Amino acid sequence: MAYSEKVIDHYSNPKNVGTLDKSKNNVGTGLVGAPECGDVMRLQIEVNEEGVISDAKFKTFGCGSAIASSSLATEWLKGKSIDEAIAIDNMDIVEELNLPPVKIHCSVLAEDAIKAAINDYRVKNGLPALEEAKH
Amino acid sequence: MELKLPIYLDNNATTPMDPRVLETMLPYFTDNFGNAASRNHPFGWAAEEAVDYAREQVANLIGADPKEIIFTSGATEADNLGIKGIFEMYASKGNHIITCTTEHKAVLDTCKHLEKLGAQVTYLEVLPDGMIDLAALENAITDKTILIAIMYGNNEIGVVQPVKEISAIARKHNVLFFTDGTQAVGKIPVDVIADGIDLMAFTAHKMYGPKGIGALYVRRKNPRVKVTAQMDGGGHERSMRSGTLNVPGIVGFGKAAEICKNEMAAESARLRILRDKLENGLLQLEESYLNGHKENRLPHTTNISFKYVEGEGLLMGFNKNIALSSGSACTSASLEPSYVLKALGLGDDLAHSSLRFGLGRFTTEEQIDYTIKAISDTVNKLREMSPLWEMFKEGIDLNSIEWAHH
Repeated sequence: MAYSEKVIDHYSNPKNVGTLDKSKNNVGTGLVGAPECGDVMRLQIEVNEEGVISDAKFKTFGCGSAIASSSLATEWLKGKSIDEAIAIDNMDIVEELNLPPVKIHCSVLAEDAIKAAINDYRVKNGLPALEEAKH
Repeated sequence: MELKLPIYLDNNATTPMDPRVLETMLPYFTDNFGNAASRNHPFGWAAEEAVDYAREQVANLIGADPKEIIFTSGATEADNLGIKGIFEMYASKGNHIITCTTEHKAVLDTCKHLEKLGAQVTYLEVLPDGMIDLAALENAITDKTILIAIMYGNNEIGVVQPVKEISAIARKHNVLFFTDGTQAVGKIPVDVIADGIDLMAFTAHKMYGPKGIGALYVRRKNPRVKVTAQMDGGGHERSMRSGTLNVPGIVGFGKAAEICKNEMAAESARLRILRDKLENGLLQLEESYLNGHKENRLPHTTNISFKYVEGEGLLMGFNKNIALSSGSACTSASLEPSYVLKALGLGDDLAHSSLRFGLGRFTTEEQIDYTIKAISDTVNKLREMSPLWEMFKEGIDLNSIEWAHH
């Protein structure tokens, strides 16, 4: 299977690998996927007082496309407001990385990870959780 | 000497042709192009002579008589012919076939096909080390059992089954024994007489011969076995497999078999040392696991899981430079993880994190050293990026987590 240049780049030089302190109130952590499926993503956001995502980190257990999808997600999240972050759609990731049909589920998982991180932040800060996404 | 990349360590998938084999084949494409069944002129006679000679070379490799070799298009066809051929030929004796869950798809899917035609098939589970449970095998035999089909050496984990013991059980109960010898023939000494085999499938392209040519061994004495042809036509191969013979392919197969017979002892000893070096080097990594029985194994194969990193992601770290395969779902067309590894009782996560190495005639120690380093570096790099590794290091029991599935 041929990977796109962008996927290879994210895999070889992943952006924002790491861990934020999940006990902090302004950090949202999303952990999605399952080891049996071969895909687990942990995506974390740090939100500043203006409601803007000031930092994002990820760690992923998965194939090159999964790693690239989550790496790209952290790149996009930095500097966005929560509302802008919610608007990120998995097909944006598919387009940007040129994912083939068999890898689309990696982008779906990344979108889930973003929403899970946002949800975690919202719940921690007394805001209502997002509506359950329909896939 | 400079190391040439990419390195090929996927010899269980296929092997490069030995240059000596290629050289032997060439004249049969151009000058000696005759049809081996053309009985009436020199072109045919030359082709027939070449086929006869190659048939003997192939038979010699496995201790058979040349009359017991039926040429096919490969091991898959030989598996089909052997199993379907017996089912049809011995229908009056019974309809029960015993096989096991780690067989190649060519055997499993053939059995599934026969189930639709009225066959009863028992798919024996294997033990966690990949070996057949001989007691379970014997217990499964009924008075309707006509065939036991257990592979000699497994393609994914290299485990070698106790063929002599299986054969003894089969003989005791008057059941025929078929074995898929694709990965074993040419690599370890296989002798159809000493091993008590009644039918065996094998192929040229796993032993440095050309693709598109294989054989089914069908015993003629003690007992005399027959198979119903699956390819009807001109009655070639004693009416067991019609179709113009692939003369150049057969010539190549013969030469490849002869080389294996002559060089097997030295080659398998050399490969065992290299395989063990690779294996020991990689098992140094924390949380790495060998899949399959350690001793009862083909000398050139090893299958290792690296916990907390995923197989396809792992391959991406070096697959431009090293050719391997993985038991990961992502690398299979069906997105299911390796059924062989699952049959060993491996959790899906370990099946996803596995790599299969198949060493071969052209593998060097330098390549092994390079591979140990490249894979270790990639495993370590991916673990730094893995949330599961981080959780493991923190002492979290991953089995206790409720994962958010789709």
